Amino acid sequence: MQGLRIAPLLAAALAGLFVAACRPDADVQPPEAVPGSVLPANFPAPVYGPEQNPPDRATFELGRSLFYDPVLSRDGTVSCGSCHQQAVAFAHEGRALSPGVQGRLGTRNSPALQNLRWRRTLLWDGGVANLEVLPLAPITNPLEMDETLPHVLDKLNASPEYRRRFQQIYGSTPINSQQLLRALAQFTAGFTSADSRYDHYVRGEAGGTLDAAELRGLTVFRAQCASCHATDLFTDETYRNNGLDRRFPLDSGRAGITNRPGERGLFKVPSLRNVALTAPYMHDGRFQTLAQVLDHYDHGVVESSTLDAQLRRPDGTLGIPLTAQQRADLQAFLHTLTDPALLSNPQLAPPK
Amino acid sequence: MTFRTLSAYSFALLLGAATLSACDDDTEKPATGTLNVELENVVGSQPLTLGQSYSTLAGDQITVSKFNYIISNIKLTRDNGTVWAEPESYHLVKQAETASRSFAIKDIPTGYYTKLTFTIGVDSARNTAGAQTGALAPDNDMYWSWNSGYIFLKLEGTSPQSSNGQIVYHVGGFRTPYNTIRTVSPALPAGTASLAISKDKTPQLHLKADVQKIFTGPTTIRLSQLSATSHMPDAKSVQLANNYAAGLFSIDHIHTGE
Ligand code: HEC
Ligand code: HEC
Repeated sequence: MQGLRIAPLLAAALAGLFVAACRPDADVQPPEAVPGSVLPANFPAPVYGPEQNPPDRATFELGRSLFYDPVLSRDGTVSCGSCHQQAVAFAHEGRALSPGVQGRLGTRNSPALQNLRWRRTLLWDGGVANLEVLPLAPITNPLEMDETLPHVLDKLNASPEYRRRFQQIYGSTPINSQQLLRALAQFTAGFTSADSRYDHYVRGEAGGTLDAAELRGLTVFRAQCASCHATDLFTDETYRNNGLDRRFPLDSGRAGITNRPGERGLFKVPSLRNVALTAPYMHDGRFQTLAQVLDHYDHGVVESSTLDAQLRRPDGTLGIPLTAQQRADLQAFLHTLTDPALLSNPQLAPPK
Repeated sequence: MTFRTLSAYSFALLLGAATLSACDDDTEKPATGTLNVELENVVGSQPLTLGQSYSTLAGDQITVSKFNYIISNIKLTRDNGTVWAEPESYHLVKQAETASRSFAIKDIPTGYYTKLTFTIGVDSARNTAGAQTGALAPDNDMYWSWNSGYIFLKLEGTSPQSSNGQIVYHVGGFRTPYNTIRTVSPALPAGTASLAISKDKTPQLHLKADVQKIFTGPTTIRLSQLSATSHMPDAKSVQLANNYAAGLFSIDHIHTGE
């Protein structure tokens, strides 16, 4: 935890004390902080700060059980964890599109889930504005979990174990939607990724060395990519068209939310943390490798009326010219964003 | 003891005492009262009954199977111009649930009020807030989950003039250009100068919501042209909102209460 600052979480500490006071086995709990209660020093201020849902062990563990429980889906076959797998930063390993109940394929690529506290809006089109209400989208989507919120609550309320755990935390019965959503948010808000080799490098910590190729890659990245993939979150949280398509008949992206024609084909700039593991890439998973992504920026960008101005060059050509050397260096740099602490933290794995 | 007999000196003392007690919230609280609000959904001059056929002013036949709306941010303006806002002011009204059609507004400072103001829908802050409970719980059939935000008004039913026989109006949206948040101030009934809130009488304010007014106003809506909104904010929703903002609600009468 060297180099990280513990946020002054009075409320969280109080909640922790309270839990400790009413749980006799509290002293055998591992002493580490509940994931999500520590804010990395090199990140901007969070959007969904810990004070909004103060992390405590019991709530976090409840959220964890719910995240991995297929009871949230209509036929009990699909959990959040089916499409969001820890080993690949909670993206879906090797899948362009993810199957929901009865194998129904969705329409977009499952993104990595990381640093969700800092997301101003969620989903590729920004359709959801708050982490707490995000689960309503997959739960009710017919192609994903195909359930209704009242029915999920009926199932949870029929489980003595869940009733006991919710009541212990929230002090009331029956389990309501706010309790369910806040418990889930406490778990997903804990997916902090801030311990990659790159992070150690920028924070000047032990182990934070980048080799020559990685450093050259970082320089190219800062010059050519960081205007959109900005800050140490590697996204400026805007929606942009990076030149994948000429027309958007199937998925108009941001325009599908705002109904504004000038936003057709705009998608959320994704974070690039752990990007070496989250293939395939883009909102529809069209590219299999990072090499293909870099080829796209170099010579694959296509014209459309909403193409981002940064991908238009003064001479009328499109894209970001990258030499073979620059592409190799960029790839080397992108690999320094892999964060073993997120990928292997046992506290984020399915509960035993 | 009356003020007339008080010397200037004792008046100053009294004032001092009043100031002191104002700092001490346990003692003298300002006098407050309650207002009961009753909503009656109608179609023109007839009460709304689900499943019964009515006609719009333009002559289309409609049968309503569901009529829900959210009223929020209720404010009362006093005769001296001060405005009182109900805290946590969110009320979900469903034609199918009798109990939802009346609610009490509590802790209103006593006085004479000349204006009622409220929002049809939900302010943008709550549309983007975390998980809510009560009227705003997302499991109340009034929430969009993938383009997240509240549905402010739902009217569903059937009409022989609709191309597929159905009416599905789901109006919501808080972003320009499809912002459908509308704030209205229906007039007090003719001849009523003010609404008196007092400690010992609970008046009852009877609001009418006239379904016909969804189809008339700035735009005349014909079922052959507009029988459904998309399940997200859109231009049609804005037309419907402009119509219902112009005349859905009226204060029919006020019982002064016992
Ligand atoms: C069937 C696969 C599937 C399931 C099950 C699923 N998701 Fe997702 N998830 C996706 C896809 C695909 C997206 C991107 C959808 C989009 O942008 O429209 C996504 C997006 C997200 C995001 C937004 C991330 C971001 O940065 O914008 C979060 C958070 C999330 N899911 C959490 C959950 C939770 C919590 C659950 C369980 C309640 C869940 N997901 C269940 C496939 C799934
Ligand atoms: C004009 C803004 C912009 C610039 C500049 C930009 N990107 Fe992107 N990038 C995006 C957007 C937007 C997406 C998502 C597009 C989509 O899926 O529709 C994206 C997607 C990606 C992805 C896929 C991530 C995933 O999880 O699917 C990678 C990798 C990527 N960019 C790398 C780069 C690199 C490397 C550079 C510099 C050479 C760069 N980008 C420059 C906007 C930009």
